[in-house]
Amino acid sequence: MAHALVAEKHPLDDLIRRDRMPHIWCPGCGIGIVMRCYAQAILESGIPVERHVVVSGIGCTARVPGYMNLDSYHATHGRPIPFAIGIKLVKPELTVTVFSGDGDLAAIGGNHLIHAARRNVDIKVICINNFNYGMTGGQVGPTTPLGARTTTTPYGNPEHPFNLPYLLAAAGAVFVSRWTTLHVRQIKQDILYSFRKPGFTFIEVLAPCPVGFGRPNDIEDGVEEMRIYRRRSQLVYRVPEEVPWEALEVDLREERPIYVGRFVDREREVFQPIRLTSKG
Amino acid sequence: MKGRGVLTGVHFMHGDHACAEGAIAAGCRFFAGYPITPSTEIAERLAQRLPEVGGVFIQMEDEIASIVAVIGASAAGARAMTATSGPGFSLMMESIGLAAMMEIPCVIVDVQRGSPSTGLPTLPGQADVMQARWGSHGDYEIAAYAPWSPQEMFDLTILAFNVADRFRIPVMVMADEVVGHMVERVVIPPEDQIPRWERKRPRYPAGDGFRPFAIEDEDLVPPMAHAGEGYRVHFTGLTHDERGYPDMSAETHHRLVSRLVEKVRRNASQMIRYDAYALDDAKIVVISYGCTARSARRAVADARRMGIPAGLLRLISLWPFPADVVRELARQAEVFIVAEMNLGQMICEVERYVSQPVKGVFHAGGAMIPPDPILQAIREVAFHGSRAGGGKTSAG
Repeated sequence: MAHALVAEKHPLDDLIRRDRMPHIWCPGCGIGIVMRCYAQAILESGIPVERHVVVSGIGCTARVPGYMNLDSYHATHGRPIPFAIGIKLVKPELTVTVFSGDGDLAAIGGNHLIHAARRNVDIKVICINNFNYGMTGGQVGPTTPLGARTTTTPYGNPEHPFNLPYLLAAAGAVFVSRWTTLHVRQIKQDILYSFRKPGFTFIEVLAPCPVGFGRPNDIEDGVEEMRIYRRRSQLVYRVPEEVPWEALEVDLREERPIYVGRFVDREREVFQPIRLTSKG
Repeated sequence: MKGRGVLTGVHFMHGDHACAEGAIAAGCRFFAGYPITPSTEIAERLAQRLPEVGGVFIQMEDEIASIVAVIGASAAGARAMTATSGPGFSLMMESIGLAAMMEIPCVIVDVQRGSPSTGLPTLPGQADVMQARWGSHGDYEIAAYAPWSPQEMFDLTILAFNVADRFRIPVMVMADEVVGHMVERVVIPPEDQIPRWERKRPRYPAGDGFRPFAIEDEDLVPPMAHAGEGYRVHFTGLTHDERGYPDMSAETHHRLVSRLVEKVRRNASQMIRYDAYALDDAKIVVISYGCTARSARRAVADARRMGIPAGLLRLISLWPFPADVVRELARQAEVFIVAEMNLGQMICEVERYVSQPVKGVFHAGGAMIPPDPILQAIREVAFHGSRAGGGKTSAG
């Protein structure tokens, strides 16, 4: 006879604000998967929890810090990166992660994103890309594919999307990778890797937004989007030797590869404020 | 001067530099800014000075990033500041509201220039004073000080840090191009005579149960835990409860916003500063601030020599506004005159508290209002009495 095993305690309990559950995310949303990967990476990082700080802007993904049992800051829309820079420069011993969405980081916060990468300031960015503004009900965003339907592009998106890995590689990030919410081990591994990698790191995670992006674009639900990821994800080891940077542009509606992998892993001098004395 | 925090001594100093030295003396160890005339010399001075004292200087990509980096630095425990002028001040407004909502102390220096828009980059204005009070959306209260000299650029910058930390609010130093670019005697006291009001800090070690926005004291100021101290705090610009958790209820919203406003109102007497000149028997009360108060003081002195009972109330704190002082003056004054380098901003605040006629001496900015139009206004009301009524005088 089988017995149900009820765990009294989950290893990640201490990292989640359980008193804030249930969360606000829709059924089929991919954000929680990535949050779990982040929590797991913190647990395995060997860095004391007290030294992890998480910062976000506004949007669905930006709610992650509110659910993490860490020092957490939910800043103005688009501004988590400068907020994180302020914290990091005052307390360099902290591991400061920005956990936010593509609209927050690449549209309203786009200027901060490219300048932080240019400076190579030691901030870890996890960017959930769900191809639309989810929180406000599925509007066109900076990553929405050309032609895709959203509530503000009812006739199809007339604009080209950002190709985020290409943008971040050009701007100077020392580590750039992309995965989908199907790639939970790779996401966790790359978050762990980024904690140890000095400088500006950027991990893009493609995530289903079945309500905001999926529904108007004929992706039935979150599971179907995961099937798309499984069918079409293609690992790339070297860009542009294997595929050109331009090929990293994503359009879920077309039967072409979604390239994933570590696209950039390089060394550049990390931004340090000028110091003439020891900190006094 | 290398390696010295407080440049004790008597100096002949530029106003913007005096502001920078005030920041250093106050213990400011983080500056993020973006170049903009006429405040740039503050950033330049701090780019040189902060590394000498172990502080951080960073030039950001814009003013939005600057104020947000300052708020982040303060969240990590630093005394942090930015400096700007009108266009940059406008860009900072949204996140000044964030600082008010998160109760993260910060200091914003606005060296005002002719405005609106790009206006007169190299010339003075005083037309951002209502923006300082009301510029971000929603109900919140802040403190703002108007220096009238390089000495006060030093002194009031220190006060701004103390008020910001003590009450966990954004504090503005509302300078103008005249005092920012003026070179004058500045006395910097010994380090142990620099006043220091500390941030209220948690009384208990980190552990379960710390509620970052729980009020333990009558001053309505919660103790502040910094990033990296183990308290695992959550800060959000959303309406939040005592734990810092978002709470979208009308009750929590009313309680939080009322406290943010009441926190400043209840403690206003500790923030208010003003200067009284020849007010004891004054029947004509001139109210002015910043560089315009220099002309107003001269006009009042000239009026006294003519036997006219005029006096000057110089606003040092624009916000909180010294309403009780103005109400008290209304018991003796026959008429008020407000002189300011805008087309009528603080005059609205004076009119709220007095029943007498209030006459304005205004100029849109670009050059100091000289003493003459203020004296002229004093003489008009002196010779025609309060029957002359309110009215606006252009100083141009």
